[in-house]
Amino acid sequence: MSDERDGRTATSPAPSHVQLGLGREQLLTMYRQMVLARAIDRRMWVLNRQGKAPFVISGQGHEAAQVGAAHALEPGKDWLCPYYRDLAFCLALGMTPLDFLLSVYARAADPNSGGRQMPSHFGLKRARIITTSSVVATQVVHAAGLAYASKVRGLGEVAVACLGEGSTSEGDWHEALNFAGVHQLPMICIVQDNDYAISVPHRLQMSVESVASRAVGYGMPGLPVDGGDLLAMYSAMRQAVERARSGEGPTLIDAKVARFTSHSSDDDQRRYRPQEELEAMLRKDPIERFRIYLQRHSLLSDPEDESIQREATAQVDEAVQQAEAAPSPDVADLARHVFAEEG
Amino acid sequence: MAQGTLIEGIREAMAEEMERDDRVWVLGEDVGRKGGVFLATEGLHARFGGDRVLDTPLAESAIVGVAIGSALNGLLPVAEIQFADFIHPAFDQIVSEAARIRYRSNGEFGCPIVIRAPYGGGVHGGLYHSQSVEAFYSHVPGLKVVIPSTPEDAKGLLKAAIRDPDPVLLFEHKKCYRLIKGELPGSDHLTPIGPAAVRQEGDKITCVAWGLMVHYCLEAATTVAEEGISVEVIDLRTLSPLDKKTILRSVEKTARAMVVHEDNLTGGFGAEIAAIIAGEGFEFLDAPVVRVAGPDVPAMPFNKPQEDAFMPNPTRIAQAMRDLAAY
Repeated sequence: MSDERDGRTATSPAPSHVQLGLGREQLLTMYRQMVLARAIDRRMWVLNRQGKAPFVISGQGHEAAQVGAAHALEPGKDWLCPYYRDLAFCLALGMTPLDFLLSVYARAADPNSGGRQMPSHFGLKRARIITTSSVVATQVVHAAGLAYASKVRGLGEVAVACLGEGSTSEGDWHEALNFAGVHQLPMICIVQDNDYAISVPHRLQMSVESVASRAVGYGMPGLPVDGGDLLAMYSAMRQAVERARSGEGPTLIDAKVARFTSHSSDDDQRRYRPQEELEAMLRKDPIERFRIYLQRHSLLSDPEDESIQREATAQVDEAVQQAEAAPSPDVADLARHVFAEEG
Repeated sequence: MAQGTLIEGIREAMAEEMERDDRVWVLGEDVGRKGGVFLATEGLHARFGGDRVLDTPLAESAIVGVAIGSALNGLLPVAEIQFADFIHPAFDQIVSEAARIRYRSNGEFGCPIVIRAPYGGGVHGGLYHSQSVEAFYSHVPGLKVVIPSTPEDAKGLLKAAIRDPDPVLLFEHKKCYRLIKGELPGSDHLTPIGPAAVRQEGDKITCVAWGLMVHYCLEAATTVAEEGISVEVIDLRTLSPLDKKTILRSVEKTARAMVVHEDNLTGGFGAEIAAIIAGEGFEFLDAPVVRVAGPDVPAMPFNKPQEDAFMPNPTRIAQAMRDLAAY
């Protein structure tokens, strides 16, 4: 993300945690979840280089936007139609490191897909995270359907769909937002704009600086947010959730984030992104930024931080060990679950 | 038993299931106050209200995608695609999403949706109101594809589809809507998805068809019966999952088989049936399997003589029966 673009999309400074009513415990939980997501994500790349994880797709740089958004939701009640960079979002809604690592190893006990899908194609019924395909933007229409059911049945549930800015070029995105706008559904669409769809930059994807400016065409507010700022994201998301729950309708959030890694383990972003851009981006780590915030407000000491980091590493070590030891699905299970099974 | 048309069977099925289960809802273009362009949903809006009989924006992918999302949150949607010709924008939602939700989640999530679409030609519909699209979807594991040819089955299959835990596509031949009359069973009757029906028994030729072509085959069979050719007509009713047993049992008896469909020949569903008979019933056969189908042109013309030339008809089917009997 270029500095120039940051300047153009800058929003008003985020409210402080005090203004937002966030206590130290919740702030530290948020921090822990981001640290854990990053630790898992980095380990995936190590496993990839070791030949143990055939495919990796990352959420590094997106953590603050996702964890900030997740904390405005009610886990187990609200729905998430995620996309493949939503590891931190899923962890914050209740996915465990083992749940995820089992998918990296394609194990039978993988609750996302039983080893069928590539990793990061999230789905966890108990956390109301809807199963995801690789076809981008299809999930936004599902969120509209989930929200429609919530509205007509008076369930008070909010449906959230996440996707990248490139995916907003798909027809399904338009169809979903239009439908949500027509029926003023309790739906929130979070675009995680990291400026690149594999190699294609934002400016070749759309003619507007912020996809939020399209919201007016769907009859809903569009909020451009600095997605590197956890509290800004939490604040925007809380507004959106309040709107949704009180029957005021959907919200489109444009979270500007950074894609620290290449698109996936099969990509090398150095081939199409200038070196200076990559270096500048990596200096703006959202986790680092939140750590500094916490320390500035005397909410996190160095020893506490070290212990959080150690704890995350230990959790990842344990999950990797368990996932590696877990059995693969039987080959014969290939034919299962095409249709509902009897009994 | 009450008498009625095929479209009345469709309408009764929806009304009864909506009455029985308040999770059932209908969505599509013009399905509300207008009652659908063919009036399949007539009266439902007044009876069940706008939330449960929803006029959607003109966007097929959203119709199916919203249906999927609502099913994931406990509803039982019946989505109408106004014409099968316009289902293609929703292909991705049907094939990549609905068909795979159970499989890709290892059975954690299900997708109990029904998609209804009028299909078929012979109604001056031109290229974009005449298509048969069943082959595309019968190719896809995870989808059930049903095509009723009688009012009884239209009602019974749609009710079974609504109660089915998996995605079901129901294609309704628009020429059958008011042309085909018959018995309409009571509200307890379901036609199970899967089994084919033998509409006429015979011992010389097995003739497999679905939708309007079942009626054309029965007409042709009556014609050739006077010439001493006894034809067994099988109405598939469900294309996927396919009732191979009924087909093979019949071919074992007749030793001659033909398939009739409106869709163009190449890659049509008849090819699959011919391959199954050749692969699993080869030793029963005294003659090659015959396919009577639309020609391999992109679609059905509006011009009447050209439309007639495209559609298989009883005369053409009867001739194919004579040729096969004489082989």
